[in-house]
This record gives sequence, structure tokens and C-alpha cells, in this order.
Amino acid sequence: MTESLRVAQPLLQVKNLRKHFPIQKGFRRRVIGYVRAVDDVSLFINEGETLGLVGESGCGKTTAARCVLRAYSPTSGEMLFQTAGGEVVDLARLSRQQLRPLRPQIQMIFQDPYGSLNPRMPIFDIVGEPLLVNGMKDRSTRVERVTELLKLVGLRPEYMQRFPHAFSGGQRQRIGIARALALNPRLVVADEPVSALDVSVQAQILNLLLDLQRELHLTYLFIAHNLSVVQHICDRVAVMYVGKIAEIATAQELYDTPRHPYTAALMAAVPVPDPRHRAGDVELKGEVPSPANPPSGCYFHPRCPHAVDLCRTQTPALQEISPGHFVSCHRADELKLRGVI
Amino acid sequence: MAGDLRAEEPAVSAVSPPTSEAEERVSLASNWKLVWWRFRKHRLAMASCAVLIVFYAVVLFPDFFGTQDPEATAASQAFIPVQHVAFFDGLRWRPSVPAVAGKRNPVTLRMEWTVDETQRIPVQFFARGFRYTVLGIFETDIHLLGTRDGGQNRVFLLGTDRLGRDQWSRLMRGTRTSMTVGLIAVTLSVILGAVMGGVSGYFGGWADLAIQRIVELLQSLPTIPIWLAMTAALPQDWPPQKVFFAITIILALIGWTTLARELRGRFLSLREEDFILAAELAGCSRARIIMRHMLPAVTSHIIATSTLAIPVLIVSETSLSYLGLGIRPPAISWGVLLQEAQNIQTVANAPWLLIPGLFVIIAVLAFNLVGDGLRDAADPYGH
Amino acid sequence: MMPPILMATRRADEPAPLLSVHDLKVHFFMDEGVVKAVDGISFDVFPGQVFGIVGESGCGKSVAMKALLRIVEPPGRVVSGEILLRRTDTIVDLARLDPAGREMRSIRGGEIALIPQEPMAAFSPVHSVGNQIIEAITLHQAVGQRAAREIAVRLSRDVGIPAPEQRLDYYSWQLSGGLRQRAIIAMALSCNPRLLIADEPTTAVDVTTQAQVLRLLRQLQADRHTAIIFITHDLGVIAQMADHVMVMYLGLVMEQGPVDNIFHAAKHPYTQALLRSIPSIQSTPRISLPTISGSIPHPFNRPRGCPFHPRCPHFMPGTCDRQTPALRPVADGHLVSCFLYDQEAERT
Repeated sequence: MTESLRVAQPLLQVKNLRKHFPIQKGFRRRVIGYVRAVDDVSLFINEGETLGLVGESGCGKTTAARCVLRAYSPTSGEMLFQTAGGEVVDLARLSRQQLRPLRPQIQMIFQDPYGSLNPRMPIFDIVGEPLLVNGMKDRSTRVERVTELLKLVGLRPEYMQRFPHAFSGGQRQRIGIARALALNPRLVVADEPVSALDVSVQAQILNLLLDLQRELHLTYLFIAHNLSVVQHICDRVAVMYVGKIAEIATAQELYDTPRHPYTAALMAAVPVPDPRHRAGDVELKGEVPSPANPPSGCYFHPRCPHAVDLCRTQTPALQEISPGHFVSCHRADELKLRGVI
Repeated sequence: MAGDLRAEEPAVSAVSPPTSEAEERVSLASNWKLVWWRFRKHRLAMASCAVLIVFYAVVLFPDFFGTQDPEATAASQAFIPVQHVAFFDGLRWRPSVPAVAGKRNPVTLRMEWTVDETQRIPVQFFARGFRYTVLGIFETDIHLLGTRDGGQNRVFLLGTDRLGRDQWSRLMRGTRTSMTVGLIAVTLSVILGAVMGGVSGYFGGWADLAIQRIVELLQSLPTIPIWLAMTAALPQDWPPQKVFFAITIILALIGWTTLARELRGRFLSLREEDFILAAELAGCSRARIIMRHMLPAVTSHIIATSTLAIPVLIVSETSLSYLGLGIRPPAISWGVLLQEAQNIQTVANAPWLLIPGLFVIIAVLAFNLVGDGLRDAADPYGH
Repeated sequence: MMPPILMATRRADEPAPLLSVHDLKVHFFMDEGVVKAVDGISFDVFPGQVFGIVGESGCGKSVAMKALLRIVEPPGRVVSGEILLRRTDTIVDLARLDPAGREMRSIRGGEIALIPQEPMAAFSPVHSVGNQIIEAITLHQAVGQRAAREIAVRLSRDVGIPAPEQRLDYYSWQLSGGLRQRAIIAMALSCNPRLLIADEPTTAVDVTTQAQVLRLLRQLQADRHTAIIFITHDLGVIAQMADHVMVMYLGLVMEQGPVDNIFHAAKHPYTQALLRSIPSIQSTPRISLPTISGSIPHPFNRPRGCPFHPRCPHFMPGTCDRQTPALRPVADGHLVSCFLYDQEAERT
């Protein structure tokens, strides 16, 4: 199945993406080093699927997503995007002007439901702005479309003259989703869309995202640190560690038979909401290294319980270990790791 | 027991839940309404606002509030002390001031004024007095307060100076000058500061570097000597109005730096806000992002900061004029008025000449309190 | 002085509670009105117990914790209730102590210590971490500088800080997030507290670090027999950590009981709904999760009666919106405040 999927051009294919931030020092802002926030990331997203991007803070998942949105300009690499017209463009190479007509096709849902809505604009202006700047000048058609969008995300259209402060976190998140959907995007980047919400509201938003995907045939790049949320919503999952991809596989396969020790450790560290399954002694030592000063060889080797000499000297490449399952670990073939399903 | 107790109570909620109407009102409230609602809660700031409104009424119609021609000298009426207005005669509404009688002291040869309570000069509101033009549009001779006899007897609400000029009327004119200098200078520095700070904060790069170095240079210069040097360089033969504008511009040229700094910081942090990124992803142009998203987010701060800058500028003008380097007579400003009280002898003999100082203090305090209130209210989304 | 319900549920052989809170109310007197952040909660914490408080934003869990330490900031105030702390020979009511007085200060950081959410904010950046721990030790114990440093080194080793002799001279910003969290735990333990209050101690750290910190707390608790009040919004963490769980919603206790009861025999509709709505790694992916309708009301707008009634699937008009249900026992040590069980109790 995976083979046949990969024959067709994916919606987005990222090849060797790098984003390095210079570390500057002194009055003359001399560059003394680089934070390798995203360091050689390759992945693809097929149309209509959800790719999860997981990892701990500083792993580069947000930076990678912002590169895809071209909120950052990547240092190097390709980001091949299949436009609505069927043509393939490299997002990494486009200028600000060239990018503008493509903007509607790639939209974003933000983590913070408070910071992502301009508090000085009523909901109609917030959701209607993408429409306005993309040529829908007539106010009454805009009102119609905004009404439709608000209904779509489960808000009452009568509220469109209200300001964001009148809404709760979950409702604001719905407004943000309505704005992202206003221009009929093909790819929606969701950056931790539920992590700032209360537990009782998270499920509502997750359900909404699933419903919208079914209804509008959306493609999601779903960034999260919560592995249970990712497992629930994603078709395939990419695990990142210090700017690199550790493992990519279908969600089922990844949670069932992880092949990278980091993936296994990450899953074991998730606290299970069941007092009858208390965590055992397997735990990862140490902490995530800084992307400004990563260790030698495999970045994970200082914490890896299975590390050998080779891991200390050579950086493993991302290789396809079984169809659709990519791992960057020297010992991926020999290790027997435990999943959670 | 806790549970039992609570079960006996009919309801827990003592806060009367806001009616849906109130909720509706808040939901539809724009930023400016929220700022106003929060500002309204500062009692001191609200009171100061009232004070400032009175001050600016004086700025608009100084001669209406004045009782007589502030330029008119009368050597025979020098150093008349403050006259108190009595509004009631017994229980009847009959505003009047006591007459003063002058007698030259044979030893010091100085006029000494005594208040003659028995003789009263009737006064009235909206009395007729000297003619003046209102806002340069039309002429009138109505004054807020004046004698009933159309100006034959004079009222000295705040006494007279060494040339027998009525200090109250001069103070009204001085208020106009000083408050206007503050306002115009602030407007100029806001424009300058907003443009420089905005460019610096939004575009960054070399523009930011250059502007920040200029700001640092200006801020590191000691202000008083710079003012002195610049005002001293103004030609002596310039007419008072030209001097007035020159002083204003000098104050603004030095005053914009703080605001530019603050705005730069705001723009820098705004640039990182998610809603700005969202606007960018929506396809908004740079101009739209600045005009629709960034400027509205900083306007309330600009207003608060400039309100706090006005008193600084007023004090600067006052000190310069006091030193004889700012606005020069015959133009009248608070500084010029205070010049009259420069030597200790005058102060000892005619303490009322210090009253303009009181006005400076009140104005500065009022601006600061309003500015503080605005600053606190400026961001209603803090919580 | 024991509240009858709590008395009823206690077996005779059980030890006396270390901390006993009765009908605690903390209200915030704002310009806009009174926010009843904590509105009459009662619970007991026993020696050596991990007492979990779980709830969403606005449920009052953090305010309750601040009230125990008497560090509620104005306009908030403890308006009524008792906070009884059992000492070796006496019982002291913390609610009646002067928050800034000598006795409260000796209890705070001495008998009751806090592990805050943000370790970065808890340490001063201008003093070394070691000096701050040593200061805490000398404040509460009659020991000299040298002895205090020895205690600090030993504690740091206990909490798993590698090379503690050197690390103690670091400043907080030189330590990684995990080490900082360990250092703050060492400081909290420095005076052998009998009760530790951990306020969301792992929300600011990564999953793998969280696992380490939780394990450390578990182990310290077993070694030292310290009671811990563990506050969190994460049901996973509470399931892993707590012995006894209290579920709060809008300033009131919805349910409390042994951890296994709460997760496997939850009685309150809110607890049940909350547990159903979290996606779990074990659950079936890509199907709609059962949700709780609506959102948490604004604290000014707390519904009359049971605060959960507008979102409750078992809402009984005329009952739930009129009265606040009392906390009643439904099983051994398991209390629920819901009218569903009042009727059940009446029938039986």
C-alpha cells in the first residue's frame, strides 16, 4: 500500500531541509556558531493524510513546520509542494512575492488560542481577513462565507461581531480553525493545536479536526508532544530528536513496533492514565542536548541504553527498514524494542 | 460537616451572575471601550482628567477667563496683593471683592496696600470688559468674571506684578503658551518617535542599527546644556512667535528618543506575535500588517507615553524661560511669569508672584496621573 | 472536631491525618465582584500518602495550595475554614495564623515545603543554587555553614544531581531544566518536611524528564515517608503518582477517593466524562472521542447549584440547578458530591 502511495507525487515532499540560526556575539555581531534547529530533515505528506511530527522541546518540530509555511526561510533543502493546479513548486526557493499566490493553499492552526487572534478585531474581521486580502472585496459575500465557516467549526454565526475576549480558549481555537479554512487550503499545519486547552475541551477540538478532514479532504501536518493525541489523530508519525528525524512510520506500526530506541523511550515515558499500569524502571537518563552543541555521532547515543562504539562516531542515515518505515539507527535491525499497543 | 452545611444553603453563588445584557455589552466592546472602562476606575486619573479639561479650556479661551488686558501696565498699581471674591453678602447672592487702598510708606517709599473690607466692589459673571478675539475668529468683550462697571474698577484675583499688570490674566495667557508648547512638542516627538521606532522595530537590520545609535547619541547628551546652546543660538531679534515655534521644535528634537525606543520594543515583540504571522499567512501586505495589526496595538501605548511626556516638556519650557533662554517677554508663559519671582526680595514682599509655580505643579501632576491611568488601562487584555 | 462524613469513612486502625482541611473557602474580592476560587473544600492528608488534586483551569487547585501555605495574594483571602496541621503533641490551625508571623514562617519551608511549577523563577539568578539551599537549611535548623553545606551535598546526591560538590556552586540558569527541578526538590527536602506540596512540578519539563522527576518523587516518598500533595491537570501523571485523588471543578470537590476507584470506578459524571475524553495510546485511533459539551464557565459566572450541571449528561432540572450537592460516601474512602447518589443512598 505504501509503495503505491509513493508512486504518486506526494502533496509535500521535504528533502534535506536545514535551518540553522546563527549565534552572534559582540558589537559587530560576529557569528560564533549555529543552532542547528532543523538538521537534514526529509519527509513527505500524501494528500488527505495526517502526518504527526513529535518530539520534545528543542527537537526542531516547530522550526520545521515554520519552514514549510515559509515563516522562516530554510538554510538549505527542498520543499516540493504540489499546487492545486497540479504543478510542483519548490517552496524553499520562492520569493515573498512569488509566495503570496500560494499562501492560501498552506494554512496554519496555532497553539496559543490567545496570542493567535488579534484582540482588537471582531471575529468577522479575523475570519474574513484572508478572504478580503485575497480578493473578496464585497462585504455581503464575505459575511456569507464567514457565516458558513463559523457554522462549519461549530460556532454561532450571530457572534461574528464579538471580540475574541468574549470567547473561551476552545472557542477561540475554533475561530482560529475557521480562519485557517477560509481559503480552502490543501495543507493545514497544526502546531500543538490542543496542548494549551483544558482536558475537557481538547477532545472537542480533536473531533472537530477529524470531522473537518473527512468533510473537506484536508491534509494535516500535526505537530505535538503528546503521543496519545498524535496516535489518535495521525496516519503516519515522524519522531524528531535534536533537529533530525529519528523514525517515520505509520502510527500503527510505530506504536506497535518502534525501531528507534528513542521512540521506544519516549513512548514508555508517557504517563498512562491508569493506576494499574504504573511505569516500571525503564527510563531515559540525562536530558535532550542543545541543538547548538549536539553530541558526536548519533545525537542520541549519550542517553541510549543500546549504544555501541559505532554510535559515538558515525551519524546514522535515515534508511527504509521496511516499506514505509524509516529509521536512523545503526542497530535498528538487531534491536527488539517494545511498543505500547 | 462541610458538605452538610453547604447542602443547607440554597445556593452557593453569591456573585450575582452577570445578566446576559452585561455580557453582551462586554462581548461587543472594542479595544477603546475596554480601555475607557478600565481608565474610568482610576479615580485620581479621572479627577486629573477634569483638571486638564479646565486647563485646556483656558488654553482655548484665555482672555475669557482673564479679567483684564494682561499687557496693560499701571505703575500706580504695582504689587497689589490677592483679592478674595466673596460670593454672598449675608445670605444673598452678591459677588464682590473688597477694595484696596494704597498708601506710600514714607520710610521705604513703597506702596503698601491694605484691604478695605467695608468698601466692596460688586463683580458679576459674564461681565463686559476689554475687547479680545476668540480663536482669531470673532471679537467679544464678555469675560467669565468682571466688575459690574465695565472695567473702571479692576479686580486682581491673583494680585499684580511690579508693573501693575494683573497676574491672573497674565497667568491665563501663560497657561495657553506653556500648555501649547507641551502639546505641539509632544505631537512632533510622537510623529518622529513613531516613524523612527516603527522603522527600527519592524524592518530591523541596518536601519535599526543606525536609528538605535542616533537614539543612544541623543540620550547620552546632557539635555540642559544642549537646550541652552540651541536656544542661545536663536537670533535675539526674532519675534516672540518665531521663538515659540523654535523652542517647541528644539524640545521635540530631543524628546522623541524615549518614545522611539519604547515603540521599537513593542514592534519587535509584536513581530513575534502569532496573530501577525497569521496575517502574513493570510496573504496580507506589509502595509496592511503595519496599519491594521501593529499600529492599533500600539496606539494606546503611544497615547499613554506621550501623556507622560507632556509634563516633562512643560517643565523644560518653564525652566528655559525662567532662565531667560526660552520664551521671552513680551510673550507670556509660566516660565516668563516665574521670572518675576526670581529674587528673594520680591518673593518676600509679593509672595503671590509664586502662584504660577503652583499651576506648573498642578498641570504636571495631572498629566502624570492621567498618563499613569492610561498606561495601566492601555492593555485591557493583560489578564 | 472531625467532620462526620470523614469520620464515618475512617477505620479505627487508621492513623490520624497529618493535615486536615475543613470547609476551606478562599475568595478573591475583585472590582468586578467576588470570585469564589475555593468554596468549601474538605480533605485529609495522611502521613506518607501521595494526595493528588486534579482539575482543569479555574478549579481552584493552585489557590487551595497557596491557602495551605498562607501565601494567597490580595485581593484573595482565606474567608473561612480550618487547616489543621498535626504536630507531635499539638494541632495547629494554619488558617488562624498570621501569614507573615514567625510560626507560619517556620512551618512554611520547614514542616510544609513547596515544589513550584517554575524552578527557574524559584531560584534567584544572582546567588548560587548551593547558597540558596544552604540558606534554607540554616533558616530552619540550628546548624553551622559547614554542616549545612554537607547536608546540601547529601541532599543533592539523594535527588540524583551528578557531582553535587561542584554543581552546588552553579547558578540556576547554568543548570538544565531537569537538574534545576532536582535542585528545587533538594531545597524543598532540606528541612525534612513532613508534607511536600508539588504544584504541577512537571508541566514545564519534557516527557522524558518528567518520567525521571516523577520516579524520583515516588522514590523519595517511599524512603522518607513524606506526605505529598500533588497538584496537576494531567490525569496520566495523577494515575502514576497518587494514592488518593481529589477531583475539583470550579472551586468545589466533585469526587475524592483511592486512585483505583477514581480511575476504574469513577462515580461523578464529571470524572467519568473527563476520563473518557482523553485520548489514550490504547484507545482506537481516528474515532470521535466522547466529549464534555460546552466549556468551563468564567469564575464570575459560576452556575447555581452544582457547578457542573450545565455540562452534565445526567442533569436533573429542579435539583442540580437549585442546590449544591453534599459530599457523600459511596464506598470505603470514596466520596462523591452528586445528587445521583443521594437518591441511591435514600433508596437503599
